[in-house]
Amino acid sequence: MTGRTIAEKIIGKSAGYPEAREGQILEASPDLVMSHENTFLVNKSFSELGKERPWDPEKIVIVLDHRTPANTTQTATVHSKIRGIVKDFGISKFFDAGEGICHQLLVEKRLARPGQLILGTDSHTITAGAIGAFATGIGATEMAGVWATGRVWLKVPRSIMINMFGTMPKGVFAKDISLYLAGIMGPSGAEYKCMEFTGELIPSMSISGRMVLCNMCMEMGAEGAVMPCDDVTRAWYQGHTDSEFATFSSDENARYDNWIDIEVDGLTPMVSGPHKVEAVKSVEKMEGIVIDQAFIGTCTNGRLEDLEAAAMILKGQKVSPNCRLIVAPASRDILTEAADRGYVQSILKAGGTILPPGCGPCLGSHGGVLGPKEVCISSGNRNFPGRMGSDIAEIYLASPATVAASAIVGRITDPRNVML
Amino acid sequence: MNVNGRIWLFGDDVNTDLIIPGRYLDNYDPSHLAAHAMEGANKEFASKVSPGDIVIAGRNFGCGSSREQAVTALKQSGVSAVIARSFARIFYRNAINLGLYVLECDDADSVFSDGETAMLDIDAHTMCSDDGSRRVNLTEIPNHAKKIIDSGGLIPHLKSQIGKRDH
Ligand code: SF4
Repeated sequence: MTGRTIAEKIIGKSAGYPEAREGQILEASPDLVMSHENTFLVNKSFSELGKERPWDPEKIVIVLDHRTPANTTQTATVHSKIRGIVKDFGISKFFDAGEGICHQLLVEKRLARPGQLILGTDSHTITAGAIGAFATGIGATEMAGVWATGRVWLKVPRSIMINMFGTMPKGVFAKDISLYLAGIMGPSGAEYKCMEFTGELIPSMSISGRMVLCNMCMEMGAEGAVMPCDDVTRAWYQGHTDSEFATFSSDENARYDNWIDIEVDGLTPMVSGPHKVEAVKSVEKMEGIVIDQAFIGTCTNGRLEDLEAAAMILKGQKVSPNCRLIVAPASRDILTEAADRGYVQSILKAGGTILPPGCGPCLGSHGGVLGPKEVCISSGNRNFPGRMGSDIAEIYLASPATVAASAIVGRITDPRNVML
Repeated sequence: MNVNGRIWLFGDDVNTDLIIPGRYLDNYDPSHLAAHAMEGANKEFASKVSPGDIVIAGRNFGCGSSREQAVTALKQSGVSAVIARSFARIFYRNAINLGLYVLECDDADSVFSDGETAMLDIDAHTMCSDDGSRRVNLTEIPNHAKKIIDSGGLIPHLKSQIGKRDH
């Protein structure tokens, strides 16, 4: 008999139907649900249902991150309404403005655990697959239904296997692998599917790197993205939880729609853009494009490793006078640690600006918004027109190292040329 | 349900930033959202769209973020249905949950042109040009989803269910 994939196993477990197979539509009970500023919309729909309280406030995580600190009076009003909702329902897993980006906090605070079914009212909820959970995005109204009933219908996805092996060359990071993959898959290559990762590269990959890869699977249309649970995962939870968690792994004879091998030895730093994530080229082909802004941050690449890579390049250097460098760490803990390790100092001394932890420029809400015809190189995940402000601005995506190198030169630059 | 409406034609991969740019999302008022609907893809859409109009697109409509305001903006504009070769998963679910008809069709975008009017029959899942010369079949909406859309979205649907359970 055909074996079962992680996606089938986790959704099956959560639906009380361990035999679950791809294609089946099941009603599942999520272990953890997350919302950000759109908690306001969730609650609006929820209050129409006439229920006094959500089914299980202990399973709800709420993070204010998209427009923090509040950018307009309107946002400030929404934020205070959400604080009221949190209080009324006794939601203890609440992270106010400045704590960080929701997807970062789910993993960093060890709220997300291996084997869980996690739903969030944000497409990049998929990021939590990095620790071996099945995590996926839903809309606000659907979340209101989950708050009311504790259940959601899900179609068990088919899976695609990504097998990564080889040794990472200098100057090449998880982001470059994910951009390369986005180039192969296109924006809908993984539509309704779960992208599962395997291969000899994974044991040497940190939780941060795994989060980058899972996060970017959203740009390929995936419903879920999941990394195997291994010693790195177990070490991540060591000392942070006393409760046991279930781990799942795919059976050897499980069925995959597609199997993609990526040998990383030959990879180069990659740049995507503008306007389409799948418009990916090797950095050599993009070098020289003049930039107005360089941005390091987001749920894709605003972590400590990313600030470290940038700081190593920026230390003792100056950002080009024709270009602005903006850095928004993905969480307060990351910012604190980056300050302790001197990364913040290197960035500031080079002429960079540090924004409070949060999404900010990534969705053009505030801080580093782009004007007409401006060009930005960003460590984020989306370069759609209008994403960071003006719809005639251009956004290129790259690794934090490539962004930092480009900031110094004021043009898209191969980080291997400036790395020591 | 039958509707006669103007067709607004779009290509592949129309993402949610094109449907409703992030900079408009700090105001949840549906009419504010409708005033900027499709702004990134067609600047004339919001001012010219009328009730009953039909959006036709290529593959992967609604990809990108999970913002359900993308559906709200279209629905509030009066769009009666979106017909596409395929939909991004979260947009598809949001449309069902907010009561907007979403139907898959492999050839509507090649058979119909932007600006013409056509007749959409949702129950028969067909769409026909005004002179009757061109006709396409649409994929049937799965039963559980159609029930939700027909009730006007997930909230009215759950309300009727909660009502049933309590009695
Ligand atoms: S950082 Fe950007 S992509 Fe990530 S959650 Fe925030 S807005 Fe979305």
